[in-house]
Parts: sequence; structure tokens; C-alpha cells
Amino acid sequence: MFKKILIANRGEIAVRVIRACRELGITSVAVYSDVDRASLHVRKADQAYHIGPSVAAESYLNISKILKVAQVSGAEAIHPGYGFLSENPVFATACADAGIKFIGPTASAMQMMGSKTRAREQMEKAGLPIVPGTSRRLETPEEAHAVAARIGYPIMLKAAAGGGGKGMRLVHEPGELKSALDSARSEAERAFGDGSVYIEKAISNPRHIEVQVLADEHGNAVYLGERECSVQRRHQKVLEEAPSPFVDAEMRCRMGDVAVRVAKAAGYSNAGTVEFLVDENKNFYFLEMNTRLQVEHPVTELVTGLDLVQLQIRIATGEKLPFQQAGLSIRGHAIECRIYAEDPDNNYLPSPGKITLLLAPSGPGIRRDSGMYEGWTVPIDYDPLLAKLIGYGTDRQQAISRLVRALNEYFVGGIKTNISLFRRILSNSDFQKGKMDTGFLDRLLSSPSPEIRDGNARIAAIAAGVFAHFDARAASQAVDASQAGNGASSWKKMARIEVLRATDQ
Amino acid sequence: MLYEVTIDGTNYRLELERADGGWRCHVDGSDIRLDAVLARPDVLSILVDGKSYEIKRERTANDVHLWVGSARYAAEVRDPRSLRSRQSGRATDHGPRRLVASMPGKIVRVLLRENACVEAGQGVLVVEAMKMQNEIKSPKKGVVQKIVAGEGTAVNAGDLLAIVE
Repeated sequence: MFKKILIANRGEIAVRVIRACRELGITSVAVYSDVDRASLHVRKADQAYHIGPSVAAESYLNISKILKVAQVSGAEAIHPGYGFLSENPVFATACADAGIKFIGPTASAMQMMGSKTRAREQMEKAGLPIVPGTSRRLETPEEAHAVAARIGYPIMLKAAAGGGGKGMRLVHEPGELKSALDSARSEAERAFGDGSVYIEKAISNPRHIEVQVLADEHGNAVYLGERECSVQRRHQKVLEEAPSPFVDAEMRCRMGDVAVRVAKAAGYSNAGTVEFLVDENKNFYFLEMNTRLQVEHPVTELVTGLDLVQLQIRIATGEKLPFQQAGLSIRGHAIECRIYAEDPDNNYLPSPGKITLLLAPSGPGIRRDSGMYEGWTVPIDYDPLLAKLIGYGTDRQQAISRLVRALNEYFVGGIKTNISLFRRILSNSDFQKGKMDTGFLDRLLSSPSPEIRDGNARIAAIAAGVFAHFDARAASQAVDASQAGNGASSWKKMARIEVLRATDQ
Repeated sequence: MLYEVTIDGTNYRLELERADGGWRCHVDGSDIRLDAVLARPDVLSILVDGKSYEIKRERTANDVHLWVGSARYAAEVRDPRSLRSRQSGRATDHGPRRLVASMPGKIVRVLLRENACVEAGQGVLVVEAMKMQNEIKSPKKGVVQKIVAGEGTAVNAGDLLAIVE
């Protein structure tokens, strides 16, 4: 087992990995940028090192700086979290060259899955189900027209280097193809420095369902069930659950087998996720493999009873998987809400700033993985994910009602968050029936928001008055206090005496 | 104490006074007895006839909302003794228009120079926060009279960025 691990990340996921290290008796090393000195991960880690300016490119993406800290601190391994350097094969290689274990797959497995066209090619060769289309980049508009005509409209243009919906275009008919191709290419070029684009058949109203896999470095691989991730906005996941209400035991088994075959075809080790598009007839197609720990890993942890981060660390030390497929089962239901610093009244634009008040939920079936605290200023420089609230129950209905209860206990003041969005999602009748696809959230948001009005406007008015009264009293007390002791409080005097005493001894 | 309160656009006139260890409130022609405890700044516990309400105050630079259970109300309090005439100031297409930041962030691009002609809906500046870019568009056709903040400037929500005449 490692004695010391560096966490090359920030926010809630850095805290999550630090906790796993603490539980395993491993010393954790945090890194931080200028703006993150007071961040939670720095406070929770055993050791912490400054790695540069707030701009990610000069800190959390700075490979040489991070490796230097690993060497100076004596860390034997690096956990990359998600985002930042987690899927960067150059970083994985640099770690290996420096004699530091990268907690994740090999650089070559990452490379194969990093290019969507290469991954498609490999999966096609291995005889695995992929969405009909090309596995090669398109060279000319004529070629695009020919391929689109062969597989039939509507089609989807996608960036080979893609992710997060960038460089993606839905094309309904040949007349739209040329301009969609141009804009997809230039967007992909800007986002990834690679304008390669390929074509897939567009699947109407698909679900997005992914399978968690775990592989050791001795050729053993298992699947840990699926996660339903169809609730998305701007191609970003917002809410995930396990198991999927759409997947039965037989389908889980079939998807799991394919996911394990994908992992084996890629020579994969450590934790990974195989994403599938699923159509209304329960046909599923390989979409891509994420070669890292996912944001939504807690829902799988809750329904399998496993600790994925601890398992990642054990696998990286060379241990064999401590179980076989037959020994794994799914129990209960878990749903995760991604709490973002976003303003629901302002088209979900980011809302960084100081957190003036934080009331956090707890109680039965509630897990909260958070990177924020009261008094902390959410910086403008990084992703808006603040925390994840996860509800667990013996069945889906109980998980939903526990989450709704916990969301009502959750309050973040000073900045805006999307907490209210989850009340809307969880109370939607289609969601409650498990009927959702990747268009679900856009449809929900384009319909008028049902106003929750329970006749408490008068209580609100009274409360406003009482608040105003307390504000006035606090203001007058502050004036009294400042006049009372020439600014020097008795506490400060006491502290000074204590310090003098300590230095005397 | 007398307060004029607006909750989601509806005006209430409150008379609030301490009474018998609790409070008495006269509102909408009825007298309500209540008990109120400030549990911590911005969190109020109110008991009325045995009914318990937890009220949370959400304060941002521009506005105040009160949460009663899972319902959120826009709230405004005025002391009637210092009543100022509140100009609603409906903006029109005539005269200069102010372009303000809709979120805190950093100005990453200034798309037009001062004195440049601008169409309604055309982007003038780009503000970035949390990996998301937001284009600030001109609300009217006209001329960019002034660019207040240059590239690289950090801004808060509501800050003036430019003026279109």
C-alpha cells in the first residue's frame, strides 16, 4: 500500500480522495492555486503545496509543477480526480517516467479512448455494438453527404477529440449539412485544437446510460451496474441515478458484458465508465469510454456497498480485484443532484461569490460530498460544481422522497445555486415514472415553472419586518461596542496576556 | 415599528411591536401574535398559533428573497418615514443605454471600439466565469459611446461595462 498520495485536483473530488486516503492510513498531499489557498481540500489534507496562479493552465494543468511537488513531498502516487489532467495520456506518461504511479489506466488505453474515432474503430473490430456511422474523420463535404445518405437522416456530427457537447451538430436534412459541418469543425478546432469531425446516425429520444467497470492489472474485470444519466442540460449531466429505471436484470447483464469486453479490448485497468446511447426499444450502442473516476460515482458506491476510490488505490498498488462478478449485487436505489453555483433566474449563468450562509442537510439516506463551506468565496476560475447531494433508499420512491426532504433543508446564501431545479425535476410526473431521455430537461425548462405558493406570503411579509427589526438592533449594538472599549475588546486583552505568559515560560 | 413591505409585488403595511415576551403584528386588518427567534444571521424561526415556520433570507448584491419552506418570495422593506420616490424608470430606445455585467467574472474580449456603430443584439463584450462565456449584447442600434472596462478586468454582477448611445 502507498504511504503518501498527491491529489492533482481541487473542490469536492479532492476532498473525496483525501477522505479515502485518511481511511486507508495514507498521507494526503494537496496542491492549490493562488485563489484556492483557503479552499476546503487544502484544509482537509495532511500536506499542501502551492503550485501557481489561479489560471488552471498554470496550476492544476501544469504537469512539471505537479510532478515536482510529488517528488519534493515524497508522494508515491498521484490521484488525478476528474477533469484537469485526469484523461491526459501525456501526464500519465510523465508520471511513469518520474517513477510515480498514476492512479488510473495506462497512457495507451487512455489514448485509444481519447479519440472517439479510434475508439469506434477498435470497438467495431471487436464486434461490439456502435451507433451506425463512420469511424473515420470526414475529409470533404461530398464524403459527408455520401455517408449521411447511406445511414439516413437525421444524423449527428461529432468532434473526434470531443466532449461536453462541443463540435456537435444535429442535422435533419441534406440542405443543412454543409453549414453544420463548417460550424462543427470550427468549434472543435477552437475547443480541442483538432477540427476532425465524424458522422453518427442520430438516435431519436435516446437515453444516456453508462456502466461502471473496474479492472485490475492482472487481467480481471467486472462491471458494477449502470447509471442513468439522461437528465442533462447543454450536454452536461445534472442528475444521475443507479440503477436505471429502464434497465432490467437481463439487460444489465448484457450491457455489463459488453462494457467488460470494451475494457478488455482497450487493455484497461483501474476504474472506468463505458457510456451507451439507448433507444426506445432497449437497443444500446457504445458511445465512449471515460477513463477516470466519474463525478457521479457515489450512486454506484451506495447501491453496491463498495468504495470506488479505495478500490482505485488498491488496484494501483497492484492488488487483485477482491471479488468476482458473481459476488456483486445491486441493492436499493440512489440519486445524485449536482449542486452548481448557477443562477436559475438568470438562465443558469455562473454565480460565483462569497457564501454567507450554509445550512447543510443530513439524516437517513443522505450523503453530501461538498467542497464548500460558509465564509468561503467561490472563485470565478473553475467549474461551478459546489457539491453533490445523494439520496439513498430501499427503492426509487424512497430515494426521491428523501432527496426532496433534504433539498428543503439545504440552503446556500450569498450566491445563487440550482437547488430549486432539483425540486422541479423530482416532482415531475414523467421523472417519477422513470420516463426520461436526453431531451427531458430542456423540455422541462421550456415549460413554465410551476410556482410553489402555499399561501405563506403574509408570513414572509411578517418575517421581512422582523428581520428589519433585528438588523436595526444589530446595527445599534455594533455602534455601542465600538464606542465602549476604544476598539480593544476584553478578548483581545486576554489573548495578549496569554501570549505574554507563554513567552515568559 | 411601522414597515412597508413588498412581497412578490404585493404591498403590506406592518405594525410590529414586542408584547409579553413575543411579538404582536398588525397586518391586513388582523392582529397576529407570534414568537420569533433569530436562530442565526439570516435564519428566523417563527411560531404562530403553534405552527412553526423556518424562514431563510437570501441576500445578493441586487436583491433579497425570503424562503418559507420550499417557496421563495422576492422581498423589499421600506421604512415609510424615509420614503423616497421610487422611479421605475422603464427603459426605452431613446437616450443612452447602460450595458451591465449579468454575472461576476472577467472581461475576456472587447468586441467593439468606442464610437463604433452597433446593431441591436450585436455583442459588445464577452464576460467569462467558471469556464462559461457570456456575450453582453447591445440592447439597441446606435453607437458605442463608452467602454468602461477593458480586457482582463474583473467585474461584479451589475457593474457598468459600456454605454450605447
